[in-house]
Parts: sequence; structure tokens; C-alpha cells
Amino acid sequence: MTANRLLRASLIYFVLIIAATIVLYPLAYTFLASLMTSEESSVYPPKLFPSGFYLGTFRTVLDLVPLQSFIMNSFVVSAAIMAGQVLIASMAAYAFVYVAFRGRALLFAIFLSTMMIPWEVTIIPNYLTIKSWEWLDSYQGLTVPFLASAFGIFLLRQFFMQLPRELFEAAKIDGCGHVRHFLRIVLPLSRPALASLAVYAFLNAWNMYLWPLLVTSSDKMRTVQIGISMLQFEEMTSWNLVLAGVSLVLLPSLLLLILGLKQLVGGLTAGAIKG
Amino acid sequence: MNTTHREVYGSMGTQKSIVRKHTKRLSILKENAAGYAFLAPSLILFSVFLFYPLIQSIYLSFHLTDPRGNVASFVGLDNFTQLFASPVFWNSLSVTMKFTLLTVPAGIVAGLLLAALTHTKLKGMSIFRFIFSLPVALSVSTSSVIWMMLYHPTTGMFNYFLSKLGAAPVQWLIDPTWALISISIMTAWMNSGFNYILLLSGLQGIGDDIRDSARIDGSGPFRTFFRILLPLLSPTVFFLTVVSVMNAFQSFGQIHILTKGGPAGSTEVFVYSIYKEAFVNYQFGTGSALALVLFAMILLLTWIQFRFIEKKVHYQ
Repeated sequence: MTANRLLRASLIYFVLIIAATIVLYPLAYTFLASLMTSEESSVYPPKLFPSGFYLGTFRTVLDLVPLQSFIMNSFVVSAAIMAGQVLIASMAAYAFVYVAFRGRALLFAIFLSTMMIPWEVTIIPNYLTIKSWEWLDSYQGLTVPFLASAFGIFLLRQFFMQLPRELFEAAKIDGCGHVRHFLRIVLPLSRPALASLAVYAFLNAWNMYLWPLLVTSSDKMRTVQIGISMLQFEEMTSWNLVLAGVSLVLLPSLLLLILGLKQLVGGLTAGAIKG
Repeated sequence: MNTTHREVYGSMGTQKSIVRKHTKRLSILKENAAGYAFLAPSLILFSVFLFYPLIQSIYLSFHLTDPRGNVASFVGLDNFTQLFASPVFWNSLSVTMKFTLLTVPAGIVAGLLLAALTHTKLKGMSIFRFIFSLPVALSVSTSSVIWMMLYHPTTGMFNYFLSKLGAAPVQWLIDPTWALISISIMTAWMNSGFNYILLLSGLQGIGDDIRDSARIDGSGPFRTFFRILLPLLSPTVFFLTVVSVMNAFQSFGQIHILTKGGPAGSTEVFVYSIYKEAFVNYQFGTGSALALVLFAMILLLTWIQFRFIEKKVHYQ
């Protein structure tokens, strides 16, 4: 029995280690290559590990490409989208759960069905709208179309529904209006759900590709994702430079993942599955 | 507010019922106002950036436009008939289907395997859970750039490893028979984090008591997984399938960065065709028609999945 169990455990570890190697290898390759000097990275056969902890490549890539400003732009855009989505979605979710207004069921059904509309269907008219407002190459153009999210509304609605109803009744009897109830009771109690929406919204905005590609044209407004894909078209063929750029871009999202993984795991499934 | 009204007027005998009716109507009005005030930002944003564009797309699809996006002439259904007559459309449809078949089932099976294996009480599982969640933080462009390096025909690591094994090098992104497969491998890797997180939290939601009682009843780990856990997990698997199919149909970034639809159109997925038509050739009319066809296909596929597959899903 125990021998059997030992065999099974080692088999599991064996499969897991192979899978982990496959998942990790491209990332490890990126970080290791960005620590190599350019001579090291161009030898054949390629080296698997850098000889030392060389940070010069990061400096070179920052001198060559305005990565700092790309990262800054992405950060501003993602933070704005995150804040907007959390605020606007929680307001809408509050209305759907706690306010008895006419057309509530219909509007909720309409909002929910917008999740089915692929973003590509709206992209041409949205591009023309943004262009006609002269919002191309601006922060407004990058953020405003994404401030409302049906997914966020749905996620928060599911969470608000789980809050004890008695709290609301008690607050109402105490003469607490909707605004105060929303700000003082519902939002503080929903911190976990708000946090998972925030992480999800930030990561999504940070990783956006097609829209920034269309609406930005100057280096000044370029987001990091477009900046990074430009790296390889630039006149530099040193791989370690490109990969050092990729590493710099990856770090903030990896950091956010480490901090927010728990929120993401519990929160997303609560909204998505138990609907 | 309502209560104070009632307190003031409450004692006024005969007028009581009239006043109550009045305050009731007032409070309904106030509820409606509050509801729409809370909804206003979402309503406005959805109207401007979702509902209007949807209608505008339909409008544009019946017209030809100039390169600036102004409508030039009404062409009726010509954009659509041209589309269905063009081999490029059918090619991108079949490429998208192949891409979906290459990425979705493999991604879900791999995610299930890893989630099941890390949902054990062995030591060190939290490290593995973190590793398998990692790709969720990657964007399509960083992933694509990394894999572009790995796939490089002469200096890429994959061909180096192949040469170590004594195998012939593969023209990963250049050979038309390999390009879509290469992109699918990269996509499966990129999506594995999301699949894994979702399936693992699904498994964690099932609870240990069911597994424990299955074990006590003498059910082995494989039987427990396939007969008990998998049916209980089927809502998550179903959700993941629907979302993955939608995502696969909407892939763009990796193709734009790695192959630009080539070689010879072998990786030209649907959204890439839309992008090319609208933002390279500036044909907003036909581009909109393509986008609407995509919308219809996604709706149809989702409907099929709900209609036929959801029956097999076990809801508690």
C-alpha cells in the first residue's frame, strides 16, 4: 500500500516537474537572456545561462527605446480603466440589486447580452467615433471606451446578491438613503469582489493590443504592448536587448499576479460559475 | 425621508390615505430616479461605445466608404455576397476553425490534468500552483515576442534543441504547414494560466468531503476523478469551453506579431481579415460586413454549445 502510494506520488511529481519546465522555460529563457552581455547572447551554440548578473542590457534598452514612457502610459491607462470599471460597474450593480426601478429586469438582460458582442464588431465605428472627436493618440481615446464593463457589472451583482438583505432593511429604517447605503455599507463589504474586478480589469487593460495599435501613432502615447512588439522591428538585432525589454514589461504584471492571485482565483469563479 | 413625511401627516385622519398614496408615488418616482442615476454612466458608455457602434456596423455593412470612413454609396447586400464568393473569406474561416480545434480541446485537457494533479495534498503543491498560474500575467505581445525568438529558424532555441536530439530543424513560422501549429502551441501556452486557475478553483469549490467519502467507499483516484469530480466540475469545464471558443475566434495579436497572416494566408484568422480590410485597405464597409459575420458565427457557436452540450452538464 505505502509502496504503491510512494510510486503514485513520484509519478505525480514527475509529470508536474515536466509540465512546470514547459510552462516556465520561455519565461526563464527571457529573464536569463536579458542578463547576458551581447557577446554571450550571440554565440553558437547558444548558452543556457548567463555567466554573471549583468544589468547593462537593461540600461541599453532603456536608452534605445522610451520604455519608461511606454510603461508610464500603460500604467496611467490601466489604472484609469481599473478605477472607472470598478466605480461604474459597482454603481450599476447596486442599482440592479437594491433599487426597485422600472425596467430593471429588461435592462439587466440587455446588459448581460452585451457580453456576447465581440469587441471586433464595434471596433470600426468606435475608431471612427474616436477619430471624429479628435481623440486619436490621447489618453481619453485609450480609456473612455473601456470604462463600462458588462462582465464587471455581472460579477459585482452576483456578489451584492450574497450580502445579507437585513442590513439594507435596517439601514433603510434608520433613514439611510441609497448613496449612503452604497458608499458606507455595500462598497466596504464588497472589498474582495471589488479587488478581484480591479485585478482583472488592470491586467486586461495592461495587455490590450488591437485598440492601442489602432488609436496611437506617436511614441509619446504608445502603450507598452505596442512598444514591445516594435522592439523587434527596430534596427537592433541583439536578442538580449529585445528580451531585456520584454522582462522589464513583464515585471509589473508578474508582481501584480503575485499580489492578486488569491483575489483572482476566488473572485472570478464566484462570478463566473455560480451565476 | 418617507418616514418623516408619514410622521408629520400621519395624524391628519381623513387625509391620511390620500397622503400615503401621494408619498408612495413620490417614493416610486424617487426609486426610479435613483436607479437610473446609478445606471447613468454605464448606460451612456454602453450606448456610445456598444449599442451605437453595433447599429453603425450594420449600417456601414450595406455601404461603400471612402478611406476616411464617410459613406460613399449604398450597395445593399453586395458586401456580403462578395464576401461569400471570395476564397479569402473561406480560407480565413477554415483557418479560424482549425486554430480553435488546435487550441481549445488541448488547452482544456492539459488544464484539467494539471489542476487535478495539483489538487492533491502532496508537499510543495503551492509552488506548482503558482508556476501554472504564471502565464495568466502574460500579454499577447510579450508572449509573441518571446516565442518569436524561440521559433527563430537559425538561432532559435527550439531548433537548437532539435539539432541536439539529431532531428532536422523545423521552419516554425515560415513553413505553411507548420505556421498555424506553431501559433497554436504558443497560444495554448499563453492561455494555460487562465484555464488552470479556473479549473483549479472549480475543483476547490467541490469540497474534500465528496472525495473523502468516495475514497472510503473504495473508489480509486482515477475512478473518483472521472466518475465523481469531472461531472461535478462540468459547469466550469462548460464555461471554459464557451469562453475559450469565443477567445479563439477573436485571436489577433499573436498573428499580427508573428506571421501577419502568412505564409500564403495559412494563419490568416478572421479578426486579422477584419483588420486588414478595415485598417490596411480602408474598406470600412466590407470590414463591417466581415465583423458582423464573425458576430453571427460566435452567437451560433455559443447557441449550439448551450443547446447541445449543456444538457450533459451537471448542475448541483
